[in-house]
Amino acid sequence: METITPTRPGLKVIQALLLAGVVVLVLWFGLGLLRQPDLFSSLPPNLSKLAQALIAIVLGVVGIWALFYSANTIVEALPGRATELLRPYVFVLPAVAVVTLYLIYPTVGTVVESVTNVPEGSGPLYNYTEAFTNPEVLLALRNNLIWLLLAPAASVLIGLVFAALVDRIKRESLAKSFVFMPLAVSFVGAAVIWKFVYAWKPPGQPQIGILNAAWVWVGGFFVNLGWIEQVEPIAWLQLIPWNTVALIAIMVWLQVGFAMVVLSAAIKGVPAELTEAARIDGASEFQSFIRIVVPSIWGALLTVYTTIAIAVLKVFDIIFVTTGGNFDTSVVAVRMYQEMFRFRNFAQATTMAVILLIAVIPIMVINIRNLRRQGIGK
Amino acid sequence: MTTTVSKPKREKVGRTAGPEKASWLVRLSVFVIVAMWTIPTLGLFVNSFRTSVESSSTGWWTSLIHPFTTEWTLDNYHRVLTSGGMFDALINSLIVTIPSTVIPVTLAAFAAYGFAWLRFKGRGLMFGLLVALLVVPLQLALVPLLQVYQSTGLTGSFVGVWLAHTGFGLPLAVFLLYGFISQLPKDLFESAFIDGASPFTVFTRLVLPLSVPALAAFAIFQFLWVWNDFLVALVFLGTSSDVAVLTIELASIVGSRGEAFHLLTAAAFVSMLIPLIVFLSLQRYFVRGLLAGSVKG
Repeated sequence: METITPTRPGLKVIQALLLAGVVVLVLWFGLGLLRQPDLFSSLPPNLSKLAQALIAIVLGVVGIWALFYSANTIVEALPGRATELLRPYVFVLPAVAVVTLYLIYPTVGTVVESVTNVPEGSGPLYNYTEAFTNPEVLLALRNNLIWLLLAPAASVLIGLVFAALVDRIKRESLAKSFVFMPLAVSFVGAAVIWKFVYAWKPPGQPQIGILNAAWVWVGGFFVNLGWIEQVEPIAWLQLIPWNTVALIAIMVWLQVGFAMVVLSAAIKGVPAELTEAARIDGASEFQSFIRIVVPSIWGALLTVYTTIAIAVLKVFDIIFVTTGGNFDTSVVAVRMYQEMFRFRNFAQATTMAVILLIAVIPIMVINIRNLRRQGIGK
Repeated sequence: MTTTVSKPKREKVGRTAGPEKASWLVRLSVFVIVAMWTIPTLGLFVNSFRTSVESSSTGWWTSLIHPFTTEWTLDNYHRVLTSGGMFDALINSLIVTIPSTVIPVTLAAFAAYGFAWLRFKGRGLMFGLLVALLVVPLQLALVPLLQVYQSTGLTGSFVGVWLAHTGFGLPLAVFLLYGFISQLPKDLFESAFIDGASPFTVFTRLVLPLSVPALAAFAIFQFLWVWNDFLVALVFLGTSSDVAVLTIELASIVGSRGEAFHLLTAAAFVSMLIPLIVFLSLQRYFVRGLLAGSVKG
């Protein structure tokens, strides 16, 4: 390692500044070049795209390290005391600066805009009274509430039951990976997958969606028995109010894997002596699970529940891609997007965002407190 | 399936008694759940190898029942990758995702080390602020950031979306990495400092290599998050074909209903390929990360 020569501090500083200047210039021009669409127009289109990708990725990945390195070089070239004083900030300030710009500033901006972007002569709560008297917004809020009531509870329940059951079979990890796999699938991808499950064809034609195929098939039995007159395929995503439940099923399908993994690990952490003692005292396996295992993994249950609840409050992609918020399926996040881009009404968009924040904060506080109590990271 | 051998009651106690005593009811329930979680994806997968005529006129299961009379085809994949915008979207997703993973992991690792092991003014305040930002849904940032982006010309640029993902991912990253890095043994650093190493050297030579499990866990999490993100890309990057990522392209095919609609199945699998590879090959790290974020690990 090079040592700082105290005799020529000025030269060191200049060298360090030069290095930083070169890094910044290279990044600036490199990233600017990327914005030229015909940068590699001499190459065939696919190759040109790949070349662009390579440059972008190298600039992004190497750039961030080069910036840290040069910042550190500058600070280390300074006279001893200044180095000591400033060095920690090389480590923490970049992160603090980015979140200030990308989270603190816009959050404050959103809250301020929602109370100041009002027609002249009306009070600061104008946007909120507008929102809460708009039937569309009330519908979105109601749907968010339905999501919040159904999705986290269903995910945790199925995840818990599956984690408890799979613990007892051979090929446990194989069975788990099937349920776990949707975690790697995007919400958009899941929406596509389920659009095919819910697909609808007019009565008489063969159904291509498995749900309607099963529905018509099972219904056919009842028709044969004479219990019902006829069975019709159902357009699940347009059937109010069940379409919201159909969309919630997509979310549950995505989230059960997360619940199952966390709960499965927690269940395995419950000392076997505890459940054995309960069984010797005459408790059934079910009783010992409810009375011993569930209370022991309470922290994990709460974490999973709150984490999914937060994801559910912010849900956007699934609805946007499947129904676009039509057929009474809209939620606050979809509403916000529409205010932003369809109606260009930033006042209402920020109001939606603040409503989301107010809904999320209590759940997030429970979540973080709970994580702290469990000594996260130790 | 083997019949369950009945065993003395005492042995059936607890979870330690072993897997072989699972009753048929348990096995059946597990099987039903696994089936329900697999069939939707399987349906899409089967359809992606069928002709557009078949997949829009008969259920995918009919091809599984009659595999030899079905006309299997790779045409959907061929067309998705050559004619549509899917290939460009795949590359765009890589351009967005790799730096959007490396940059926040780097920033967070530096910050976590600084907060855990260096002493400076404002340390408690800054750390508290960073962690408190965990509560803020990213929707709060959209409107003001979009206004800034529009006035500075950052909309539709890769740098803009890298930084946005970095900002949104940092609170969780710092929170998780701090938990890990602050627990590294103190003696380790002290001997290095006595040898005259600077904090920067200690960080790059000691802290980073030792933190690989935590870094990998967060990196995989962030990679999947960014790759699968739709909202941030839609707002800051947009839908024009030179920057559109896979989720955007996929959503636009869903909306098109016309020519491209039957390519949806293959397009969906193209978009899932890389996250599935990352996920399956690095599952161990990912699970560890999930656990670190949720129960004590």
